Amino acid sequence: MTDLPYLKETPSQTAGPYVHIGLSPGAAGFDIYDHELGHDIAGPNAKGQRIRVEGLVIDGTGSPIKDVMLEAWQANAAGHYAHAQGGGPVEDGFRGWGRVITDFATGEWGFDTVKPGQVPGRNGTTQAPHISLWLVARGINLGLHTRLYFEDEADANAADPVLNGIEWASRRPTLIARRADRDGHVIYRFDIRIQGDAETVFFEI
Amino acid sequence: MKPPAEYYQRDPDRHPPALTPGYKTSVARSPRLAPISLEQSISEITGPTFGPSDIGPLDHDLIRNYAKTGDPIGERIILHGRVLDENARPVPNTLVEIWQANAGGRYRHVNDRYLAPIDPNFGGCGRTLTDSDGYYFFRTVKPGAYPWRNRINNWRPAHIHVSVFGASFSQRLITQLYFEGDPLIPLCPIVQTIPDPTAVEALIARLDMNASVPLDSIAYRFDIVLRGRRSTLFENRLEGN
Repeated sequence: MTDLPYLKETPSQTAGPYVHIGLSPGAAGFDIYDHELGHDIAGPNAKGQRIRVEGLVIDGTGSPIKDVMLEAWQANAAGHYAHAQGGGPVEDGFRGWGRVITDFATGEWGFDTVKPGQVPGRNGTTQAPHISLWLVARGINLGLHTRLYFEDEADANAADPVLNGIEWASRRPTLIARRADRDGHVIYRFDIRIQGDAETVFFEI
Repeated sequence: MKPPAEYYQRDPDRHPPALTPGYKTSVARSPRLAPISLEQSISEITGPTFGPSDIGPLDHDLIRNYAKTGDPIGERIILHGRVLDENARPVPNTLVEIWQANAGGRYRHVNDRYLAPIDPNFGGCGRTLTDSDGYYFFRTVKPGAYPWRNRINNWRPAHIHVSVFGASFSQRLITQLYFEGDPLIPLCPIVQTIPDPTAVEALIARLDMNASVPLDSIAYRFDIVLRGRRSTLFENRLEGN
């Protein structure tokens, strides 16, 4: 019997410790591109609430991972993605995508954006506001997908089909960022635990 | 409007598992619980898009994009190929980014302290957009092998890191390509994270004499395959009503 004529996906390999050279060379310590990509998620014209998200990525020993790179993907405040099938228009300059590098000394990361709106789910459902995150690092063989939800969206979270699809209700809080305002700025704290107690939920998408 | 279709599920046998003890760093950086299967929604079937205004005219030319006093040291190569999906359709206008060590096996990175020298004329990164046929090319120098801290005497085969976006966050992929004939490939614990030898073959760029430029640069061909997408959608509707 002959095989169906599909190709097979290229296998993944770890991004390694020097991912910054390729994807964020300024963080690697040199200046090469006219502009690096992924530094401005929302742009100057985005409507909605300006927020900051901060956190750590923590390994199985409880230590922060200091060489991780995260990518964020989100809708704007109206619930539209900057994409041809994104559900509607976005503000000029809104990309909804960003690259986030951890501090090499502390492992702390953070990014500024606007709070996303609700977006449609499958089969007529509505998804709570969320930011999709993708993590790569040395020691991570295939990029990890997770989602960040917001503590102060309790009603929307309670109706979210993805959160509710997690069989263990006790694991759902691993996807909820905690609001911790500082100096008049809206800050959400989101620590990601790769393994161990309270391992963050990761998704096969 | 017809609702957008989903991507085929990933074949787990094609990729390295999260926990691969031969690659020691993976032990504390691998989830222990199973990932939750997520039926794709608009959040997964969309992703960032890029255009010509995002990149500069020399970004794909690693021989020139950081040249200060002359060309970098090393074997001049062309790296080229196509980005396709599992349906063998080209993936056009997608961002391909690469990074690598210099010819001596040293990275231009604050955290790399290998004794081989930095090349003052080599940055080590490049980026380009695929054309309407999914085709891409870079010009660079062949990276050197280098030792790394895993077991006591481990060496990475010459390799170039590759990052590709595709048309959605579901297709996002980072990998590494190796060079045909390198005896270090089968010895490498990171290569060995992939259990399927035929999958490893897909990461080996082939010497491509026809694409070489006589008296200038030798060429390697590396095609990249991203997840395919269903063309029809039954019963379960992705969004809306």
